[in-house]
Amino acid sequence: MQRTTVDLWVGIFVTAGLIGLLVLALKVGNASSVSVSDGYTITADFDNIGGLKARAPVKSAGVVVGRVEQIAFDNEVLRARVIMRIDKRYEFPKDSSVSILTSGLLGDQFIGIDGGGDVELLKDGDRVRLTQSAIVLEKVIGQFLYGKAAEGGSGD
Amino acid sequence: MITALLRGVRLIGRLTVDGVWRLGAASRFMGIVLLRSVTTFRRFRLLIDEIYFAGTLSLIIIIVSGLFVGLVLGLQGYETLKRYGSAEAVGTLVALSLVRELGPVVSALLFASRAGSAITAEIGIMKSTEQLSAMEMMAVDPYARVMAPMFWGGFISMPLLAAIFSAMGVFGGYLITVVVIGVDAGAFWSQMQSNVDLRDDILNGVIKSVVFGGAVTAIAVFEGYDAPPTAEGVSHAVTRTVVTSALAVLALDFILTAFMFTGV
Repeated sequence: MQRTTVDLWVGIFVTAGLIGLLVLALKVGNASSVSVSDGYTITADFDNIGGLKARAPVKSAGVVVGRVEQIAFDNEVLRARVIMRIDKRYEFPKDSSVSILTSGLLGDQFIGIDGGGDVELLKDGDRVRLTQSAIVLEKVIGQFLYGKAAEGGSGD
Repeated sequence: MITALLRGVRLIGRLTVDGVWRLGAASRFMGIVLLRSVTTFRRFRLLIDEIYFAGTLSLIIIIVSGLFVGLVLGLQGYETLKRYGSAEAVGTLVALSLVRELGPVVSALLFASRAGSAITAEIGIMKSTEQLSAMEMMAVDPYARVMAPMFWGGFISMPLLAAIFSAMGVFGGYLITVVVIGVDAGAFWSQMQSNVDLRDDILNGVIKSVVFGGAVTAIAVFEGYDAPPTAEGVSHAVTRTVVTSALAVLALDFILTAFMFTGV
């Protein structure tokens, strides 16, 4: 009799622990989100990637379609090379353009893909030619001030 | 002056040699425990009893402390994040801090003081009352009969306890921020889910709790076995278990965190 009560309590404990793990996996972390383990990789060269990090999402029309896999600096063309893994369910025309965008005012940076009109599709290892770099706030402010100064100069 | 200095140097030397000696003895001891634990898994009843002892009986303290840690995190996080107008991010804050750090670490500390101390005391008293020797006389292997089940019982219980702790903490954070304060429930969960990664955060947290469980129970079992067979010796061994476990958990946490979360 004593034995079976211990069994019951151990069963309750193990079940509670497994439920805890399950809650963490499903409710807290999102196990059902796109995991792009199988997919194809494309690369893109940028003049400036800003604060983009590996594992940042790749979005098209706001939907996550892949993740940034690797960021490297190409010493020959002196540009940043970003390797992205795209879920194999999503295919994009060959002349699609990629740009580095920011979610919200201070949010994380991600890559946006805008589909083009080509009939050929991007394949594994392809390089996207049309890229738009991250907006660097200092440069924008600098340009704005420069423009203001020029305006003020012409106003006199 | 010189003699005092010499005494100091001698003390450092003796403590170092003593520490290395104990480490070697502990490694040999754990090696024997692991080698003889085949019997433990064949006699499952022993393991069940130890899981009950180390896990089920720690359930209440883990659930209550997890809940309160979550409540405090939610409250503090909300008060701070509110100033930046991003109170919805409190879900992310609570979940990440629990899953990555507080869940494994705090539950390991609680586990060391709740179950680790009990393991040390039990083995220490068995040794001082010569129950272990009596077992050997009866050709019962005390490693397989006592030490290995205790080690594996704690080792299996600890990750489950840490998971329960984290889950209860998230629930506590939900209670205080969504139910009491009134943060939007949808934003709370969706921000949490988009920022907590299954592999990078949750799996790493589970790995941490497995490592801590192994360390704490290994220390507890060894200190019990190594305790001088007197009442005072056992009491010192219990103290050492709690202190060494706490230090080991915090040091291991630093090392694991440095490995896990700096690559990204």
